[in-house]
Amino acid sequence: MRKHLKPRTFKKLKGKVDLSSNTAGIKSPNPFWLASAPPANSGEQVMRAFDHGWGGAVWKTLGEDPAVVNVTSRYGAIDIGGMKMAGFNNVELITDRPLDVNLKEIAEVKKKYPKHAVIVSLMVPCERKNWHDIVKKAEDTGCDGLELNFGCPHGMSERGMGAAVGQVPEYIQKVVEYVKEVAKTPVLTKLTPNIADVRFPARAAMAGKTDGVSLINTINSVMGIDLDTLKPKFAIGGKGAHGGYCGPAVKPIALNMVSQIANDPETKNLPISGIGGVSDWRDATEFLLLGSSSVQVCTAVMHYGFRIVEDMISGLENWMREHEFETLDDFIGKSAGDIVEWKHLNLHHKTVAKIDSSTCIECDLCFIACNDTAHQCIVRPSDYGKTGKGWKIPTVIEEDCVGCNLCSLVCPVEECITMEDVETGHAPLTWEQYTAAGMTGYKEVYKRFHD
Amino acid sequence: MSLQACFSRTPFMSDKNNKTIDDFPLLKEMTPPMRREEARVEADRCLNCYDSPCTIACPTHINIPKFIKQIGSKDNLGSAITIFDANAMGHSCARVCPVEALCEGSCVYLGWHEKPIEIGRLQRFATDALMEKGIQPFEAGEPNGKTVGIVGGGPAGLSAAAYLRRLGFAVTVFEKKPMPGGLNTYGMAEYKMDQRVALDEVALVLDLGVDIRYETVLGDDLKFEDLEKKFDAIFLGVGLGATAPLAIPGEGLKGVYEALHFIEYIKNHEFDAIPAGETTVCIGAGNTAIDVVTQAKRIGTPKVVMSYRRGRADMSAYDYEYELAAGDEITFEWQTMPIAILGDDKVTGIRLQRTELKDGKVLPIEGSEFEIPCDRIVKAIGQTKQVDLLSKTAGITLDKKGRIVVDATTLQTSNPMVFAGGDAVNGGAEIVNAAAHGKRAALGIFNTLFPGNPPGPEHSDWIQTIEGVRTVRPPNHHHAKTLETANV
Ligand SMILES: Cc1cc2nc3c(=O)[nH]c(=O)nc-3n(C[C@H](O)[C@H](O)[C@H](O)COP(=O)(O)OP(=O)(O)OC[C@H]3O[C@@H](n4cnc5c(N)ncnc54)[C@H](O)[C@@H]3O)c2cc1C
Ligand SMILES: Cc1cc2nc3c(=O)[nH]c(=O)nc-3n(C[C@H](O)[C@H](O)[C@H](O)COP(=O)(O)O)c2cc1C
Ligand code: SF4
Repeated sequence: MRKHLKPRTFKKLKGKVDLSSNTAGIKSPNPFWLASAPPANSGEQVMRAFDHGWGGAVWKTLGEDPAVVNVTSRYGAIDIGGMKMAGFNNVELITDRPLDVNLKEIAEVKKKYPKHAVIVSLMVPCERKNWHDIVKKAEDTGCDGLELNFGCPHGMSERGMGAAVGQVPEYIQKVVEYVKEVAKTPVLTKLTPNIADVRFPARAAMAGKTDGVSLINTINSVMGIDLDTLKPKFAIGGKGAHGGYCGPAVKPIALNMVSQIANDPETKNLPISGIGGVSDWRDATEFLLLGSSSVQVCTAVMHYGFRIVEDMISGLENWMREHEFETLDDFIGKSAGDIVEWKHLNLHHKTVAKIDSSTCIECDLCFIACNDTAHQCIVRPSDYGKTGKGWKIPTVIEEDCVGCNLCSLVCPVEECITMEDVETGHAPLTWEQYTAAGMTGYKEVYKRFHD
Repeated sequence: MSLQACFSRTPFMSDKNNKTIDDFPLLKEMTPPMRREEARVEADRCLNCYDSPCTIACPTHINIPKFIKQIGSKDNLGSAITIFDANAMGHSCARVCPVEALCEGSCVYLGWHEKPIEIGRLQRFATDALMEKGIQPFEAGEPNGKTVGIVGGGPAGLSAAAYLRRLGFAVTVFEKKPMPGGLNTYGMAEYKMDQRVALDEVALVLDLGVDIRYETVLGDDLKFEDLEKKFDAIFLGVGLGATAPLAIPGEGLKGVYEALHFIEYIKNHEFDAIPAGETTVCIGAGNTAIDVVTQAKRIGTPKVVMSYRRGRADMSAYDYEYELAAGDEITFEWQTMPIAILGDDKVTGIRLQRTELKDGKVLPIEGSEFEIPCDRIVKAIGQTKQVDLLSKTAGITLDKKGRIVVDATTLQTSNPMVFAGGDAVNGGAEIVNAAAHGKRAALGIFNTLFPGNPPGPEHSDWIQTIEGVRTVRPPNHHHAKTLETANV
């Protein structure tokens, strides 16, 4: 008998999506910008980045002449499992190139790439005149916007700049006001995460009439101690200093801060450029969903080079097609409102773990995690330990499961353990409502007390 | 699982008629697809090298780290686009490429004596995902007013067709067989790739709007002069000719097959329609011969013999192909040559003679003849070139070995309107080489018909993958001010 095969048919890729972005009036062909850092150190680098597809660049922070002097040995990193540079740290200062060289190159880049966003990052002592001077010089290049660096956590802060400003809301407001007195282009205020509550500096920047904020800058950190030499990991002549932490490991911290600003009634309309741990399009898209209009990237570019933006563009476009979004505005901030204070969570919501025995590989990591550290509600066949034979596929005692997610998080198999919502039949009840009702109305959705 | 164990579980010779592929487990695609988590772990293991050796080693210069990282970030569609953009045959190459000799064989992990990234299987993961969704990621270009006739609907011809359509040419393919795909459809060992895969991939190319005429043979149904009149350019992707004859008595007996006919028969038929017989003897020891003996064994032939004039060290098959055959318990008769095929009407045996090697020459040993009783003989001593067709019909220059002579950059033949690629040009290589030729020729045809007017920027990505390099802006303080190049 001869074989008969029918040919496959294809449907077209859905229409073109528009990635063009606008952050506080700063326009760029896509939302992917180089953060102010070594990748945006010089004109040649920024142009090479634009050639690869980056939509904008925040120039490495400019200061006053004489330019700073950097130490050699500048970066440290932590590797987690097989992943290199999961967290990255540096003790670099602002640009160490003369001001006029930078200004000349900025003007050149802007002329050659009129459609790309070129933003100049600035940091000078906290005097009106100093800020007025640098703002005028920067804007003479034809740049699209300014970013005020109130974030650098090392070196510059000891000189009364960077995080030393960013940690005091009154200073932030004052400097932003100085800048806004003369600035003609949009001003982004870059915030430091080294504070207790990022809403205060954001509100201060807003009070000073900033056009937008960018965050986060790097986090104070010490990368570790070399156990052979007992010296700090990455030491300069045997000594280390705390440096700024960034890279994939800081993303959740940055996302939280972005969502705090996006949800704060006072700052909710303030444009945001999101920064911190963006390595691929997925990370970037999360920042956009939480309210950022653009994202800035440093560590991932320092790891792999400018080429990573190609994957970011492709990934974001294909995801937008899948969700039928045509422009960034169709989804920017769409998820921000779902991040609420704890007191607004529904106490009557119930979810339980389900283990798919057909895909379980019997590593039993869920079992030991739940048994030793969660709620002791995963069991294995009782004879397993005695014989070492037969199945050791665990099952969940649903009645006892508190729905903490731990088992599903440790499981190495995709979608083997899923958390499934269970209808409790109880009307939603938040902590706020519960306490307002004199702690009445709560019905147990899981077993809280065992004898 | 050893072959023996497999046979004992699945009685091949049972007389049940309704057998399915499950009754021939050894003919199923041997390399399993990747599960999602497997793909994720493997993608994360890729170091994302710059100027990566795998990309350089791939004749179509797919940006391999890029497509792998796209899998890592779950942009499977983007990953498939990266692959197909550089290689219109990327779906079949993922299964049949000799990756050990190409991309995977150059992975930097080997320098550490560690397992290279499983590039072939990752590639399959991405292209399978695109096929499953049935998405056509490319568009035919705005019609440019020119027409191209392609002879041969194999990997070379179809790859040319895909890029020519994207460049806006009207394309007509003339194909001898009733199905498209060339050896991709008719020649790949079933356990490497089944026909469905080859045809899906062809469908993706034809979906771009290619006019294909089946069972139309250049030389018989079609005159070269007519093609010349009708089209602005012609691409020849006719592959190789018939298997070379043994030139010994008995070659005309029933039960004597050419390798390609034997393989094609297996691919075209439901497996239970193929008599397994008792003993098959295959003459030759190249990759095709390996495909013959392993498939003979896998359809259930109890004894399969491979006869080769020289020794193991001289065989042209890749090492891993040899190991596959060894694992299938093939009987190797090294240093033997056929002198007669025995039988009256049907084959009953073969007479072989032992050889010795002197200064690289094969010499028969007097009095060493012996016979092997068998009911099937397969000739796999290489394919002839289509010299007749090409030299007489097409009037283009061939080299001494019968290969079409072309310009290395454009693949233009001595006839300025004729371009060529694939096995007919390189004398017989791999699918991926044919695919690379088709892509190169498409640009060659465009540049010849539109001199000084290069394709638009929307084509720059795939065009960069032809040479595999792109220019990048050099650092300011480097002395050379000229643009540097980097591998894509
Ligand atoms: C048995 C075997 C196994 C192989 N296994 C592998 C493998 O595992 N991996 C791998 O990468 N490569 C493999 N190859 C090599 C690979 O198949 C070829 O390199 C590749 O198919 C060449 O493509 P092509 O388009 O040049 O020629 P072909 O695939 O031969 O296609 C030529 C086409 O032209 C048609 N044609 C020929 N003459 C005419 C005419 N006069 N008029 C009209 N149409 C005509 C033919 O019907 C055919 O469709 C194998 C080859 C063989 C023989
Ligand atoms: C080596 C290095 C130097 C940096 N220099 C600056 C700087 O000059 N000005 C600035 O505003 N931020 C600077 N940053 C912070 C980055 O712009 C960015 O906010 C931070 O690295 C977080 O992003 P990431 O996780 O993508 O790296 C620097 C970061 C690094 C790693
Ligand atoms: S990355 Fe470049 S500048 Fe840094 S230490 Fe290495 S060679 Fe020197």
